[in-house]
Amino acid sequence: MSDKKPLSSVNDFVVRFANVNGSGSASANEMFARAILRHGVPVSPRNIFPSNIQGLPTWYEVRVTEDGHLGARGGVDLMVAMNPQTWDKDVAGIEPGGYLFYDSTKPMPSTKFRDDITVIGVPLTAITNSTYTDPRQRQLFKNIIYLGSLSALLDMDPKLIEQLIGEQYKGKEKLLSSNVHALHLGRDWALQNLKCPIGLRVKKSDKVGDRIFIEGNSAAALGAVYGGATVCAWYPITPSSSVAEAFTAHCKKYRHDPETGKAKYAIVQGEDELASIGIVIGASWNGARAFTATSGPGISLMTEFIGLSYFAEIPAVIMNIQRAGPSTGMPTRTQQCDIIACAYASHGDTKHVLLFPEDPAEAFEFAAAAFDLAERLQTTIFLMLDLDIGMNHRLCRPLKWDDAKQYDRGKVMTTEMLEEGRDFGRYLDVDGDGIPYRTYPGTHPTKGSYFTRGTSRDRYARYSEEGSVYADNMQRLVRKFETAQDLVPRPLQANAERPTKYGVIYFGSTSPAMDEAIGLLEARGHQLDRLRIRAFPFHSSVASFLAEHDFVYVVEQNRDAQLRQLIVNENGIDPVRLVPIVHYDGTPITARYIAKAIGDHQDHLKVTPLRKAVS
Amino acid sequence: MTYIAKPKFHHPGLKKNELGYTHRDYEGKISTLCAGCGHDSITASIIEACYELSIEPHRVAKISGIGCSSKTPDYFLGNSHGFNSVHGRMPSVLTGANLANRDLIYLGVSGDGDSASIGFGQFAHSIRRGVNMTYIVENNGVYGLTKGQFSATADRGSKSKKGVTNTDNAIDLVAIALQLGATFVARSFSGDKSQLVPLIAAAIGHRGASFIDVISPCIAFNNHAGSTKSFDYVREHNDAVNRLDVLVGRDPIAVEYAPGTVQVVEQHDGSKIALRKIDADYDPHDRLGAQTFLQKHAAKGQIVTGLLYVDPDAEDLHTHLNTVETPLNTLEADTLCPGSAALDKFNASLR
Repeated sequence: MSDKKPLSSVNDFVVRFANVNGSGSASANEMFARAILRHGVPVSPRNIFPSNIQGLPTWYEVRVTEDGHLGARGGVDLMVAMNPQTWDKDVAGIEPGGYLFYDSTKPMPSTKFRDDITVIGVPLTAITNSTYTDPRQRQLFKNIIYLGSLSALLDMDPKLIEQLIGEQYKGKEKLLSSNVHALHLGRDWALQNLKCPIGLRVKKSDKVGDRIFIEGNSAAALGAVYGGATVCAWYPITPSSSVAEAFTAHCKKYRHDPETGKAKYAIVQGEDELASIGIVIGASWNGARAFTATSGPGISLMTEFIGLSYFAEIPAVIMNIQRAGPSTGMPTRTQQCDIIACAYASHGDTKHVLLFPEDPAEAFEFAAAAFDLAERLQTTIFLMLDLDIGMNHRLCRPLKWDDAKQYDRGKVMTTEMLEEGRDFGRYLDVDGDGIPYRTYPGTHPTKGSYFTRGTSRDRYARYSEEGSVYADNMQRLVRKFETAQDLVPRPLQANAERPTKYGVIYFGSTSPAMDEAIGLLEARGHQLDRLRIRAFPFHSSVASFLAEHDFVYVVEQNRDAQLRQLIVNENGIDPVRLVPIVHYDGTPITARYIAKAIGDHQDHLKVTPLRKAVS
Repeated sequence: MTYIAKPKFHHPGLKKNELGYTHRDYEGKISTLCAGCGHDSITASIIEACYELSIEPHRVAKISGIGCSSKTPDYFLGNSHGFNSVHGRMPSVLTGANLANRDLIYLGVSGDGDSASIGFGQFAHSIRRGVNMTYIVENNGVYGLTKGQFSATADRGSKSKKGVTNTDNAIDLVAIALQLGATFVARSFSGDKSQLVPLIAAAIGHRGASFIDVISPCIAFNNHAGSTKSFDYVREHNDAVNRLDVLVGRDPIAVEYAPGTVQVVEQHDGSKIALRKIDADYDPHDRLGAQTFLQKHAAKGQIVTGLLYVDPDAEDLHTHLNTVETPLNTLEADTLCPGSAALDKFNASLR
């Protein structure tokens, strides 16, 4: 039937499940990914889902990658086509030589297939209908049955899947045994009726190590717990809602007084994003560590308060789980499109600190660090995640915490300091770093009170519209931002084996795809030094990196090359030397995409210059 | 301007409260509002109430939005932290501040533009949540700071200074607060200090969302014939449901009124509110009755003042959230951070 040789690969392929959302497929698909991990083989799964609860197409993609490439790869080697709605597109998306797995209960005309793929039919509906009578059971167990069939086709160890089922349904014996039964129904049917295994196989390995499998939003929320956040105010918005939900779950586990059962935290679901950030600002003004989690539209709504946080110098932590904009955009698709919106949020001259974690482990670390930074710098700190990191399980190094660490509560003048007669000027730059002291409300009966306002004021917080007083304050804010450069996570540089005039700058969720792309580019003969930016304001090493290279590619996931704009703007450099590599269709950027874009540009650069050719 | 500090000299014989503070210790900077502004009378009443309650000034956090009314926290309790925040957003800022430290007294000062228009949502939701606060709206029915536009509390048919008739329906914040579950709801008039001071004192003593709508004529833009928020209009149309005293274990605030039946309500802080009933049928514990009473009088063109509703057993947001007694802003890593051992376990659960 095939006119192309079937794909053959061990521990390096992409499986995509096409489902209908609300069909209960998510847990079975996730179990498939976890089962491969239990084989010691890294996987990188991604949810591709609609902004909808039931009935629309949804996909779950699992990249099986012995080499540990955790970025999206692009292309599909095995399509598990469970959704008739998307059948044609799904079948068309299979790589030549790939495999199509489908429910063969109802015969399909041959025109619905392709000649260059291997078609594997399992009568899933027939098997489920003959075993179960309850419609809901039929629906749910069908998912486990296809998982069983796949385990046979891909040569997986069924014991590892049984183990996972055992963990999931611990203490629920009836569910446990019925799930195991369904798994074997599918597995046995495949073993008896199909040629197993196919060309794609999972073989036990040892490449997972001690890594953990976690969603970025959950890790960031745990970072907030470890970082000492006590107040969380939020408004539901995809893809950030799971941050607040995870924070709630983590707090229930870790933050209740063992004796009284009382909560050492307060979580409020605000009436909107304005209230959420208002609550954060109020709590932080009053000395608590507070945060909100949102996405692009929420950032737009919060900007007035963000300006207040900048100008009145009130700490705040905002986790922005970016999604494709503008406007409502594509709420369930990923982008890195709020860089400019966050860096310069609000009217007037403002600049804000941005942190760019690359994965859940860094999301945890940076989330915790954000609270220290917010209190040290007395301003808003943005933790810039995106849907790709936030809502997908990602294999990453274990989370780490140093028990010796104390929180940096920043410059806070205490009752004792005021009693000693220390001069308190709320906006007085006593240390030359642009950071003034603050007092918490209620500190002292007669000293240290001040009036916080968004209007201009002098160093002692007294209202003033004097030009020189205003400019003095604005200059100090610039000094403070310069101080921030050395406090935020530094960029990480990795040089090519051979010296090169070319460099590449990238950040956030682009990381795994970029790392993989470097290998692909080297194979094409292109050497590139890499700089992963982890925060704004940019550390001086960013300027050095730019100075050391003739051309620097800036790889990002938005249309307008926003990080590049920010680099050009903040470093005052010639934009021609910064080559934008942008990807913005809402899917995660892939190594193939980056390697092609940079490779083509490099090839183009190597064309003999015209002047040389004619002389 | 507001940077003008008020001289601190005072008569050595000035009366002191329980804490040894005089009235002057509860004052702030010199007001920059127009001479005769109703808001300055409210400021004076706040000062009086705090003095009478012997509150330590620095244990009050005064939070406001934007507008003439929102400027006033600078003019009272000069030793308190104040926060002149964002237009219409006082309630959220106050909610956050309250969550951070449940031990302070929270005074939210707002105006009719700030609370009935741009901040209508935040007003509603802070009341719904039962934030422990005293929320005062200095209601003049007009945008003073931008020179005389109608606000959402301006009555339909009332005239602006420029002679324009308002055709939009008015929002009665008291009616809304009652509907949303505020556990202390009152209305007063800036010119009636003897009614307002005890109301503020009682509201501060109440644990839960206390709301006071204070009609406060704008001397510059809303004190003319045709206005329904002018001194003359309010005096002529005011119908007080009750007069109250706050007893704080010392002499009650002297209010001289026609004797009537007295009903004593004990508050969370131990203070007692004595309601001097003027209307024998009025029951301040009946939310539904209060709503009906309010509507009936509104239909007759009467502005009902006094304590309309109080729930002495109210709960606040901290009760709902079951938060620890210790203020959250004092907790440090030793109690907040689960530590590395817990993290190792967490990691192990994700493999």
